[in-house]
Amino acid sequence: MSENKIKRRDFLFTATYAVGAVGVGATVWPMIDQMNPDASVKALASTEVDVSSVSPGKTITVLWRGKPVFIRRRTQEEIQEAKAVKMEELKHPEKDEDRAKNPEWLVMLGVCTHLGCVPLDQKGDYNGWFCPCHGSHYDISGRIRKGPAPTNMEIPEYNFVNSNTIKIG
Amino acid sequence: MKNFLRILPIIILIIGFSTKLNSAEKVEYLKTNWSFKGPFGKFDRGALQRGYQVYTEVCASCHSMKYLSYRNLAEKGGPEFSEAQAKAIAASFEVKDGPNADGEMFTRPGKLSDKFVMPYDNVKAAQAANGGAYPPDMSVLVKARGGGVDYIYSLLQGYEDPPSGVTLDDGVYYNKYMYGNKIKMPNQLSDGLVEYADGTKATVEQMSKDVTTFLMWSAEPHLESRHQMGFKAIVYLIILTILVYFSMKRIWSRIETEV
Amino acid sequence: MSEHEYIPKSKFGKWFNDRLPLLTLANHLTDYPTPKNLNYWWTFGGILTFCLITQIVTGLVLAMHYIAHADMAFDSVEHIMRDVNYGWLIRYIHANGASMFFLAVYIHIFRSLFYGSYKAPREIIWIIGIIIYLLMMAAAFLGYVLPWGQMSFWGATVITNLFSAIPLVGEGIVTWLWGGYSVDNPTLTRFFTLHYLIPFLILGLVVLHIWALHVPGNNNPVGIDIQKPSKDTVPFHPYIVIKDGFALLMFMIVFAFFVFYTPNILGHADNYIEANPLVTPAHIVPEWYLLPFYAILRSVPDKLLGVVAMLSAILILAALPWLDTSKIRSAVFRPLYRQFYWILVADVLILGYVGAMPAEGLYLLIARVATAYYFIHFLVILPILGFKEKTIPVPLSITDPVLGGSPNLALAKKNKFEN
Repeated sequence: MSENKIKRRDFLFTATYAVGAVGVGATVWPMIDQMNPDASVKALASTEVDVSSVSPGKTITVLWRGKPVFIRRRTQEEIQEAKAVKMEELKHPEKDEDRAKNPEWLVMLGVCTHLGCVPLDQKGDYNGWFCPCHGSHYDISGRIRKGPAPTNMEIPEYNFVNSNTIKIG
Repeated sequence: MKNFLRILPIIILIIGFSTKLNSAEKVEYLKTNWSFKGPFGKFDRGALQRGYQVYTEVCASCHSMKYLSYRNLAEKGGPEFSEAQAKAIAASFEVKDGPNADGEMFTRPGKLSDKFVMPYDNVKAAQAANGGAYPPDMSVLVKARGGGVDYIYSLLQGYEDPPSGVTLDDGVYYNKYMYGNKIKMPNQLSDGLVEYADGTKATVEQMSKDVTTFLMWSAEPHLESRHQMGFKAIVYLIILTILVYFSMKRIWSRIETEV
Repeated sequence: MSEHEYIPKSKFGKWFNDRLPLLTLANHLTDYPTPKNLNYWWTFGGILTFCLITQIVTGLVLAMHYIAHADMAFDSVEHIMRDVNYGWLIRYIHANGASMFFLAVYIHIFRSLFYGSYKAPREIIWIIGIIIYLLMMAAAFLGYVLPWGQMSFWGATVITNLFSAIPLVGEGIVTWLWGGYSVDNPTLTRFFTLHYLIPFLILGLVVLHIWALHVPGNNNPVGIDIQKPSKDTVPFHPYIVIKDGFALLMFMIVFAFFVFYTPNILGHADNYIEANPLVTPAHIVPEWYLLPFYAILRSVPDKLLGVVAMLSAILILAALPWLDTSKIRSAVFRPLYRQFYWILVADVLILGYVGAMPAEGLYLLIARVATAYYFIHFLVILPILGFKEKTIPVPLSITDPVLGGSPNLALAKKNKFEN
C-alpha cells in the first residue's frame, strides 16, 4: 500500500469518526437540556407583591421561584444600625445602601448561604437572622457576621412598581 | 427478491382496494394552500395574528384553549406578537387568582404566564350553556380530528340548508363536512364579521383559513423548529451514511468479499 | 466462541481481567467470528438493539415529566409537547420509536423464517425471541394507555376485557387488573409502573438472546454450519460493526422522516381527545403492528375461542422449530417452501389490512380465510413440506462453490476429507 493510500484511508476514517461524534453530541444535548427549567417555569420567574399592609418592624415572607423571599420594613433604628456597621467588621463587606435601594425596605432571598436552610427572623447575636441548621448569624441588613456561611444573603432582582407593590424577578 | 416481486401485485391490490373503499366513504374536503405544509413549511405570521383575532372575537365565547398561555403569543414560531402586545392582550382578560391573605379568591388583570381564560368553569357548565353539547377545547383540536386542518377549514364553510328528507331537531344544524352531517354549533362566520387590524378583507374563506392556521399552531407550537431541525438532521444523516458507506467499502476491501 | 485464550497486554489489564473478565468478554465480542456472507437482513439485530436503547433513554426522559394520574396524564403530555425543552422531540421519538421497533422486529422475524434461523441448534434463541416479542407487545400496549386519550382509554378497556373470556375467573381477573370497576386511575398508575419495568426485562432477555446466539454462532443465508473461525468468517469488529452501522443509518433516515415530518401519521387522531368514559370512539383500532392479531381475534365469532386463536397465533411460533421438519435451513434451497413463505407474508399483510377495517361483510370473510391459512401454514404445510419437498443441493462452504454440504457440521467435515 502506498503512503498516499494510507493517508487517504486515515482521512476517511477520521472524517467518519468526527462527523459521527458531532451527531452523538447533538443527540445527547436535548436529553440533558430537558432537565433545565421549562418554558412554563421560566415564565413564572417574576412575581408581584403587595406590601401595603406591612407595618415597620415586620417581615413578610413570599414565595418566589420556589424559595422564600424576606421583605422587611425596617424601623429607623434598624436602618441606623445597619448603616453604622464598619466594613472591616464584615466577612463579606457590602454597604447597606447597596443592599437596600430604599432603606426602609430590605428585600432579600431568605436562604442561608451555607447550605440552603431558611434563617429565623429576629434571632441571633446581631438582631437580624439566625440559621438554626449550622448557626450562622446575620445582621439587620442580612449580612453574615458569625458562623459558617461564606457570604451575605442574596438580594434578588426587584423593583418598586409603585409605592405599594414590589416586583421580584 | 424475485419472490418479493410475486407478492407485489397482492400488495398493490390491497392498497388499491383500500384507497378505493376509503374514497367511497370520504367527503372531499375544501382545498387551500397551507403555508406550513411540506418539509420547509412555516406559519404565516399574518394569518396567525388574524386567526387569533377570530378566535378571541368569535370562538372564545364557547371554546376554551386551555393549553395555551398568553406568553405563547409572543414566542418564536407562533403569531410573534411583540412582548408589549402580548402583555396588553393578557391584561385585557380578568384572571381568577387567589386565595389572598384573607383566604378569598379575587380577579386581577392577566399576565403573560397565565393560561388562556376559559369561557366556562368546567365541562358541565359548558354543556349546560350549549344545550348539552360540549364545545371541545381547541388547543389540540386539529390533531384530534382525522381530516386535520382541511376538515376544520371545510367544516367552517360547510353549512348548508339540509337536503329534502333530512329533518333537524332544534339546535341542530346541517353541515356537509360534519360526521353524520349534524352539528350542534350554528354557523358562526359571515363576511365582514371581524375587522382585521391589518386591513385584510374578512371573507368567510379568509377567516376560516386564518383561524385554522391559528389552531394548527396551537396544536403544534413547535412545528417550525421541528421542520428546521428535521432538515438538518436528515442532511446530517445522509452525509454520515455516505461516509460510513465508503469506510465500509474500504474495510471490506481487506478481504475479497462483496459487501 | 473464539478458540484462543485472551490475555490482556497491560499489567493492570491482566490484574483486572483475572478478577472480572470484562476484557475477555469485550475481546470475545469484537473477535466473534461471523459468517462473511450475511446480507442486510441480518443487520436488524443491531437495529433492534438501537431501538431498545432509544426507547429506554427517551422513556426515562419522558418519565421525568409525565404524571401518571387520570386527571393529569393528558395535561402532562401536552406540557411535555409545549413547555419542556425539546419535549416534543423526545416524545415524538418515543412514540414513533415504538412503530420503528416493531417494523424492525417484523423484518427480523421474517428473516429468521426465510433462512430457517429457528432450527436446531438455535431453538432457544428463537424462543427467547418470541418472549421478547410478547413483552414488546405488552410494553407497547401499556405505553399507548399512558397519554390517557380516547384510544388509550378504550384500547385499555377492550384489551383488558379479553381476560373476561376466561371461564369462571375471568371477571375477577379483569376487576383485579383494573383495580376498580372500570379502567381508571388505579389502572393507569399500575400500567405506568409495568410499562417502566418491561423494557428492562426485555434488555435482560436480549442479553440471553445474544448469549444463546454466540454459542452456535450466526446462521447465514446459505444456512449451512461453518467452521469458526475460518475463511468463511470475519471478525465482528470492524466488518460487521461497520455494516450494521451503515444499515442503522439508513434506518435512522426513515425514522427521522417520521419524527420530523409526519410524527402523528402512525397514531390515531382520537388519542388527542382526553379520555372520556362516557363516549366510545366511532372506529376503534389498535396500533398498526397489532392489527394482524386483532383480525384473528375478530374473525372467530366466539369470545373465548377468539382470544385463544389470537394467543395461539403467537404461541404457535414457539413450536416452529419442531413443526418445520425440513433438514435444510435456508429457503434458498427449498423451492416449495419459498413459495409458501411469500404466501404467508401476503397472508399476514392481508390480516393486517382487514384488522384495520370494520369486521363485517367481505372483510370478515377475508379475515376468516386468512386466519385459517395462517394456522394451516404452520400446522399442516410446514410439517408435510419437510418430507415431500425436493430441495436444491446445498454447498459445502460459503467460500467454496462445492455442493454436497449439509447442516450437520460433522458430516460436512467428513465429506470435505473424503473429497
